[in-house]
Amino acid sequence: MQSIASYITLLGTVLLIGVFYFVISNSKLQEEYSSFSKKWYSFRGKWFIFLIILGTALTLGTLIPFPIPSQAKVYSSDDYQQVDVSGHQWYWTMSTDTVVAGKPVEFRVIGADVNHGFGVYNEDLELVAQVQAMPDYTNKLIHTFDEPGKYRIFCLEYCGLAHHVMMSELKVEAAN
Amino acid sequence: MSTTTVSNKISYSEAENQGALVAVKAHLIAAFLVFLLMMLAGATLRAAQGNMAPIGADVFYQFMTVHGAGMIGIAAIAGMAVLWYFLRQYVPLSTKIFWINFGIFLTGVVIILGSVFLGKYGGAWTFLYPLPGISMGAWSTGAAAAFLLGLLIIGTGFLILLLDFGRAILSSYGSFGRALGLPQLFGKEPLNPYHPATVVAGTMVLIVDFIGIAAGAVVLVMMLVNLYNPEFKPDPLLVKNLIYFFGHVIINVAIYSAVVAIYELLPRYTGRPYKTSKVFYAAWFAIVFMVMSVYPHHLYMDFPMPKWAMIGAQILSYGSGLPVMVVTGYGALMLVYRSGIRWNTSAKLLMLSIFGWAAGGIPAVVDSMVSFNRVLHNTMWVPGHFHFYLLLGVLPMIFGFTFYLLNGANGAQEEKPPLTERLGFYSFVGGALLFVGGFLASGASGIPRRWAVHLEEWVPYAQWSTLGAVLVIVGVLLFTLRVLTVLPKAPDPALAPAH
Repeated sequence: MQSIASYITLLGTVLLIGVFYFVISNSKLQEEYSSFSKKWYSFRGKWFIFLIILGTALTLGTLIPFPIPSQAKVYSSDDYQQVDVSGHQWYWTMSTDTVVAGKPVEFRVIGADVNHGFGVYNEDLELVAQVQAMPDYTNKLIHTFDEPGKYRIFCLEYCGLAHHVMMSELKVEAAN
Repeated sequence: MSTTTVSNKISYSEAENQGALVAVKAHLIAAFLVFLLMMLAGATLRAAQGNMAPIGADVFYQFMTVHGAGMIGIAAIAGMAVLWYFLRQYVPLSTKIFWINFGIFLTGVVIILGSVFLGKYGGAWTFLYPLPGISMGAWSTGAAAAFLLGLLIIGTGFLILLLDFGRAILSSYGSFGRALGLPQLFGKEPLNPYHPATVVAGTMVLIVDFIGIAAGAVVLVMMLVNLYNPEFKPDPLLVKNLIYFFGHVIINVAIYSAVVAIYELLPRYTGRPYKTSKVFYAAWFAIVFMVMSVYPHHLYMDFPMPKWAMIGAQILSYGSGLPVMVVTGYGALMLVYRSGIRWNTSAKLLMLSIFGWAAGGIPAVVDSMVSFNRVLHNTMWVPGHFHFYLLLGVLPMIFGFTFYLLNGANGAQEEKPPLTERLGFYSFVGGALLFVGGFLASGASGIPRRWAVHLEEWVPYAQWSTLGAVLVIVGVLLFTLRVLTVLPKAPDPALAPAH
């Protein structure tokens, strides 16, 4: 996902640079505004319709199915591995530090004192899942680990002076 | 003060205009100095993450708090100065109230600086409840209270200024709807293409900012009460909603205030009028609601948020980019195309601002999609996108307006812009692109935001950004030298003939 985000941004920025270059390189010449304004304002309507269609497609494509797990649902221990996670200034507690790959994990995450951010990183330091750890609320994060290995837990919400040392580890073992 | 309306414009005495110009210049000079100081603080943060500035974590988070609060505050007041300068030409604004807000702002700033540098407060500008009250001994309750009080005082000043906006707009247009052009949009009044874009923007800013700051005041008071009476425990999710509503509105309004520089100045430089239209009114009317309703895109990772709020936020976040891409940006490009424009520093900066606003919107829209936010939220991607449209969008709007005041309506007349302006421009642009590129690449690599110390693997990204930040600072320093030496004595450009 991160590389797609980068490519979209890079492509969009380069296209915009191209449009601005075209306009700026054509700015010194002087031409009567009315000679082209009607044509280009008519193009604006098409540009608007294109953006609406693009937005509709993006909305449907990215929100169905909805990417955030249901918080009302009760996740059974038969189908889900369960880990209770609590964020404290400045450490994590987890009911277990070992899960298996291939079976979904339900992380039940709270902030014991202030807001924290529960971020799960793989061995290549890629962020694979996250959720806020909030006081007074239990956030249910569902994630299935595809690969076994040592995952790292970092805090992703600023929580005070030792925010950056709030780290823990999660072992993901291969399923039998 | 005279309230006679002549051809849509208010007539003031020469002394009143002179007083207003001095007030605007004071705002801009303060803004340049604060921008420069805040940039030095910001560059220090990136240098620390790049192992190039040996500062402790406590100092890092204090700098981070000052940088965040300071940049938002100064962008808000400088953007407001741009809007105020042009809006007073159409509705009768009070220079005295403009000064009062400035005085209250500076008072709030002093209190905030005291809370951070004397009281060691380092709870970030976001002051997420209950962090300000639970510092593990790093700062006192008094320091946290001073920070919150400083923000509350600054908000009060803005509310007073906005009340004056409301009075002036109502006295000239009778209702906010008419000022927004709604009777024209809905066909109840004939279309007037010379209805001022600045009045439309000013009315939007008034409505949205007033509500945003009022929400901010509510949450600040709740948190102040909690600090001294811990029995009173507000709901953390409600508080978070109020804080992000307030913060999102404030920073967006800085953009929508400063954008009037484009509507007012590009027509001067291109010799083509910026005419208002039904599309223009519709875009700004939509923005009134969108700016207030998109903020839940900050809360996607707070899973108890209602599903409808998240879906609405994603759709509206995309939608709020459309007026930029279809109305303001597109219209500005049309004005410039084959216009024979002379590229003085002001015109260059305004054109840059349109690019920065539009291009910075792309990573912002990406992050506002839930699927991407799951892996980008609270990584460096977030400061990456907002630095993109603040550094390359809002600041060039404010700078472009300043150089208009500084160099007169036609820029440096027939001459090329001075070397300091040319060098400053290219150093600023090159540095800013390098800087935001470093941020976005860091975010795509999963680097968390607000970390005083980075893992070894992440250090090169910070070093790359630090180089960009230094170039930005060199550019702004050169601009500031021009501003300090020329702006105080620059005559009113309104008296100079238009291009």
